[in-house]
Amino acid sequence: MSEPRMLQIQEISAHPGTVPGRGTQRAVQVAKYIDVTTCIGCKACEVACVEWNDHPFRETTFDNTYQTMPATDWNYWNLIKFAEHAREGNLMWLMRKDQCMHCEDPGCLRACPADGAIVKYENGIVDFQQENCIGCGYCISGCPFDIPKFNQQTKKVYKCTLCSDRVGQGLEPACIKACPTGCLHFGTKDDMVALANTRAQQLREQSGFPNAGVYDPQSIGGTHVVYVLHDATQPELYGLPANPVIPPSYTVWKWLAKPTGLLMAMMGIVAVFFHRVTVGPKEPQPELAPPVETQPDTVEAARKERP
Amino acid sequence: MSTSVERFDERARREADRVGQTVVHRGELLRHPVYTRVLHWLVAITFVLSLLTGFAIYSPWLYRWITPLFGGGPTTRFLHPWFGVAFDLFFLFQFLNWFAPMAWAKSDSRWLRRIREYVTNKEKVEAEDVGFFNAGQKLYFWAIAVSGVLFLISGLFLWFDDVVPRWLVAVSYVVHDIAGLVMLAGFVIHIYEGTAAQPGTFRSMIDGTVTRAWAWTHHPAWYRQVTGRDPREDYEQARRRQGERARAVEAWEDEQDARARRIDTPPGGPPPPD
Repeated sequence: MSEPRMLQIQEISAHPGTVPGRGTQRAVQVAKYIDVTTCIGCKACEVACVEWNDHPFRETTFDNTYQTMPATDWNYWNLIKFAEHAREGNLMWLMRKDQCMHCEDPGCLRACPADGAIVKYENGIVDFQQENCIGCGYCISGCPFDIPKFNQQTKKVYKCTLCSDRVGQGLEPACIKACPTGCLHFGTKDDMVALANTRAQQLREQSGFPNAGVYDPQSIGGTHVVYVLHDATQPELYGLPANPVIPPSYTVWKWLAKPTGLLMAMMGIVAVFFHRVTVGPKEPQPELAPPVETQPDTVEAARKERP
Repeated sequence: MSTSVERFDERARREADRVGQTVVHRGELLRHPVYTRVLHWLVAITFVLSLLTGFAIYSPWLYRWITPLFGGGPTTRFLHPWFGVAFDLFFLFQFLNWFAPMAWAKSDSRWLRRIREYVTNKEKVEAEDVGFFNAGQKLYFWAIAVSGVLFLISGLFLWFDDVVPRWLVAVSYVVHDIAGLVMLAGFVIHIYEGTAAQPGTFRSMIDGTVTRAWAWTHHPAWYRQVTGRDPREDYEQARRRQGERARAVEAWEDEQDARARRIDTPPGGPPPPD
């Protein structure tokens, strides 16, 4: 949940008309920096997330890995994913902190049909407003990263807020604060991308990872969470899509075909109305009063009568 | 299978007629029995409710207008699939009830070729091969049947989106919309044809009856079937009678006028001024 007085909203889901106050505040683009190469899988970020957001403690699911549970959940927004991968005869134990990516072009917000249920702030944070959520689950299928999670009890969808309540007060997100290795950083998007590029260059030149690079997928306009990966050519190894996209039904269809369909429906109503006014009804035959072949125009007739 | 369906339909119609009734006055024909009328309005009510709740979710322009009618966004979203299921269920019974008269025939293809004349009202009386339903009604029926199935399948995928893949939900989203627009287009025409465009039609779904003139005008082949009389002959006869009646009325009116003039001007000319 957010603190709307502190963060200026830039975009509102399913909202006709303008966004109040948009562009009236100076806001820097923020980003979370995650260096998977220095993550030790301590899960301090997971605990910090549960702590800060006051999530109830819950049972985990053991699936023969170090992973706390198979996927994030409505009350578990931050999860380190452990993946094992053989590289040049060695085993790579890949640990990636999984959470909302806060896309610049958010699929959840595009898909949402409820006015005000999802907002994007000027600083790039995408936040769910549960009081406006209708629980349809469209955001789940609109998300390229499988992040929004449905709560069967409350019929609402939840996900990482990038600690918008903390960021609004000038604090860093809880996970950043808890990280002991410095693999997590928070700052402006420009700073974080620069930091990630520097680190990737270091990995390429000094650590023997020639494919090291930054994950900031441009297919959705970039994300407000950037990763440094050992091998940026294969993000799938970390469970990240190489080219995340929003289904076209939530972009092309929703913003082009839907208004067109609505317009055609309205034109249909207008068409039948004017059909009645011009062509007229089909009366059972023979009609009670047979129609006069030509109805004389009385004004015209009166004019002709006068010489 | 068809026989068991027929048996079911017959029994349903019989039972419905025991509860309700249809009064057929002189000069009228039974068009829709009680069972058909009840089904029609159940389908209609659930359709309108599905349409309204669906349109709230369909477009951001309508969301804030329609959701208050149903108690807010979450309630609208909760009700919509149940309205849809009820619609499909009631329509299933109507489908079985009307399956036989909705079968496509050669005369329907001929009707479609005359659609321009039909829309522009060039033909005052329908062609003699138009039966209980015309081709337009049959098309609407089959459009509902097909889109009803599409609605159900895509709707279930959207409803239980946690058990189907993401792409299937995205595709269902489009299919559901297209089915809705097809249905809406037919719905607008259906309401218009059933009320303003054809006087005398609406009562067939309320009282269950139509006038004989309505029947030979819009569904001559059905008229022939239920009365055993020739629709065109009866129409011509009615027309002749009406002409005679009009002439008689005219003559009577002329006579009245003449008599009025005689009273105004008494014999011996107008009275002398004082």
